Amino acid sequence: MPKTEFSPSIESRPTYPGLTSQGSAPAIMVADAAGAEALVDLVATDASVMDHAHVVLIAKAPELAAKLTALTPKALHEAPDLDAATPLVTQILDTAKMGTQLYLAGSEGVIGHVSALAFARGLPMEAIQSEHRGSIARRMQCVHCKGITEDVTTDPFVCAHCDLTLFMRDHFSRRLGVFQAVCVDAETPGVVPATEEIRP
Amino acid sequence: MTMQFNDETFRGDYTYHNSQKAIRRFPFPFDQDAYMYSVNIEQHPGGPEGSPFEVMFDVDEHYVAEMKDREITLAEDPLRCQSLPHMELAGWDLLELIMVSKARDYPELFTLHRDGNDWHWINKPLGIEKKFTFLDPTTLPCGPMEYITRQTQGDFALLHERDGNLWMDAGMVTSQADWSLDFDVGMNFFEWHAPVPKARKMGVFDKALKFLLSVGQDQSYRRLNWTLTVNPRLDTSPETYHKWGPEKRSVTPENVGRKQFLRVELQTFFRLPRSNALAFPIRCYLANLEDLAGQPKWGRRLHRVLRDIDPTLAEYKGFAVNQEMIVDYLSQFDDGAPTSPGIFPDG
Amino acid sequence: MKLALKVTEIEQLSPLVKRFRFEDPKGASLPVFSGGAHITVEMPEGDTIRRNSYSLISDPYDGSGYEIAVRREDRGRGGSLYMHRKLSEGDDITVSTPANLFQLDLRARKHVLIGGGIGITPFLSQLKQLDMEQKPFELHYAARSREEAAGLKLLPKAAHIHVHLSEEGARMDLGAILDGQPMGTHVYTCGPEGLIAAVADQAARLGWPKSTVHSEAFTAPPPGEPFDVVIASTGQTVTVKADQSLLEALEAAKVEINYSCRGGVCGRCRTKVIACEGRILHNDHWLSIEERAAQKDIMPCMSRFKGTRLELDL
Ligand code: FES
Repeated sequence: MPKTEFSPSIESRPTYPGLTSQGSAPAIMVADAAGAEALVDLVATDASVMDHAHVVLIAKAPELAAKLTALTPKALHEAPDLDAATPLVTQILDTAKMGTQLYLAGSEGVIGHVSALAFARGLPMEAIQSEHRGSIARRMQCVHCKGITEDVTTDPFVCAHCDLTLFMRDHFSRRLGVFQAVCVDAETPGVVPATEEIRP
Repeated sequence: MTMQFNDETFRGDYTYHNSQKAIRRFPFPFDQDAYMYSVNIEQHPGGPEGSPFEVMFDVDEHYVAEMKDREITLAEDPLRCQSLPHMELAGWDLLELIMVSKARDYPELFTLHRDGNDWHWINKPLGIEKKFTFLDPTTLPCGPMEYITRQTQGDFALLHERDGNLWMDAGMVTSQADWSLDFDVGMNFFEWHAPVPKARKMGVFDKALKFLLSVGQDQSYRRLNWTLTVNPRLDTSPETYHKWGPEKRSVTPENVGRKQFLRVELQTFFRLPRSNALAFPIRCYLANLEDLAGQPKWGRRLHRVLRDIDPTLAEYKGFAVNQEMIVDYLSQFDDGAPTSPGIFPDG
Repeated sequence: MKLALKVTEIEQLSPLVKRFRFEDPKGASLPVFSGGAHITVEMPEGDTIRRNSYSLISDPYDGSGYEIAVRREDRGRGGSLYMHRKLSEGDDITVSTPANLFQLDLRARKHVLIGGGIGITPFLSQLKQLDMEQKPFELHYAARSREEAAGLKLLPKAAHIHVHLSEEGARMDLGAILDGQPMGTHVYTCGPEGLIAAVADQAARLGWPKSTVHSEAFTAPPPGEPFDVVIASTGQTVTVKADQSLLEALEAAKVEINYSCRGGVCGRCRTKVIACEGRILHNDHWLSIEERAAQKDIMPCMSRFKGTRLELDL
């Protein structure tokens, strides 16, 4: 799957310009299954990018892991999902030195969440590269109960925690790595617009 | 002169009310018969005697009730008050600014004794007396920003300056016009304003940011912003939108004069000395259409402004659904006579 | 706002550098400030008032007085010479309230401060702030010789404060300083342009993000050849003398103009150029290379002009 092109939106909505090799510098790469392809493409432009790279693959996919191992990173770490990946990424970030490059690839949820972890450890946004691949599902935070619903692909949708019907906003918090969702029928309870699949 | 504080509520039975004096001093935000989105910044404090512009932090008849309402909101949702770790110093700066100003401007209500870093604060209206060590957070029951803003009307944002931008890294927000501090904390100036329609295109925010960055330690400023709210409700947060949203549709031609409130934000800006952060207090004043129309100039002007406003703004400010009813109601106060310039009422 | 103060102490720190202390004549407390802040000092001479900005070196939370350190620039416009030769203890002096264009990023997990020569000054107030904040930091101070290192008298002795004296063979190794710092470190440089560029270079080579690299190149406006400017609104011609900055000449001619830093870093004095026949000598740190080349803007606090006609939108 190629890199996703999103339609222009508001200032707080992140964009994902794509990955560019910063050469043979210390690096942390985090990708989900779809994002792994972006890493393969990255290495095709510059093999040295893997010299000092810790790669975290968030997927249950041995064949993908093998493919990434073949790119000879310094280390490959695997995690079945974002929750399991979090302590792993955190630990790598905590011991990282200045100059470490961060490459993120995959869904908005993975990119947003790992960016937030890195940002909290003092890595400025400008030092974080990202490329969107695969599902355009969003990680949404319910503004009412603060619960996060993963992989949302429709608008409106039902909050997984408080059951309110929510509409999606493009407003995005880098600190939390989530989009904002707000009750769609707050003023007129029960009057809910038709559900639509989201588009990039 | 001692101040009388109203016994009133901002939720449930909504017993909030303005005295005649409070109406006369209401910060009416329109200085002409049409509304233009603009930066409209003036020096603060400074204004006619008795106006809410006269002193740094205005204290009025709603003080005690507003602080009670804040307590209720915080008890339900502590995330309305946030301070990222590097903002504690700015919190102390703000505490000092407010305590010193209030003790100077309202000596009958507030007292501050300072002996080096040993401070003794007395807040009579709220019945608080506290000895603490300035810059030592262990001597206060909570962080310095939270401590002082639980005793000061209005919302507060503390902005950290870096990379030529301002970052909203701390705040106390319980009477916001529909934005979430918990979501927006940590955002830069453009990010947290992103949902405002059109403004970026018009370059308003670029100019505003430039201005704010140049505010010096010896200067402070203000501007007015406004919106409309159904019922005198302070907590119009997105967090509780599903609870107060239905009230927005409870307006009828019979009750619109009493139920529909003009909500004015007196926004002020201060450069804080130790942290070099900017303090951005946002004070909220509420008055219903009936009370406002009691000042003939305001009745005429409000009618013209709300009748002719850009539909996108009516939508953004959230009163488009009730606009027709509001304008119909106000039309009875508009005889077409010209209005005098400026925001203050005639006579 | 301006503060009318008294000079209460003058101390010779090195052959070229003096320390000055200013206090309120009645002992009132002065506004406290943040580490890295500066004040603008007024130096009346004849019919003009010269204003130079200097970093505060005293404890930022101590309102009992302000201290600055001034290096004598024998080939400058005369500001530092005024401070060194004309000013005595007991004299009146007018200064601005503090402003800060070089503050610490308090989010940093560690701070690395690098000062060259008189560029040590902003770090002296920051050190006090860092101590209070209990943030990890290291400071590197580079000077040619022990005799010239005025900062030695002002720096505390501590393990994380390193002095590099090139005459004693201890040159500063920027690679060694910057390499291997933990994620979240910020570096701050103040001193000669060459040092600032070298740190920026080294940081870039090690892959430091730009927003973690800070610098302040505070220099007083340079003297130069006299020139004329035309004020568009009035048609008036103002002559800028050799030892005057354009900003000072405009002020002396009562032309209204904004300013803050007077060192070409804050952007406040930026002025539109209406006509330019000749070459603007840009000495500021504000305009980009493209903006300089366009000759459509000038920063009057620092920059000069060589040519036949310069008309300003004032
Ligand atoms: S006064 Fe600051 S750039 Fe000229």
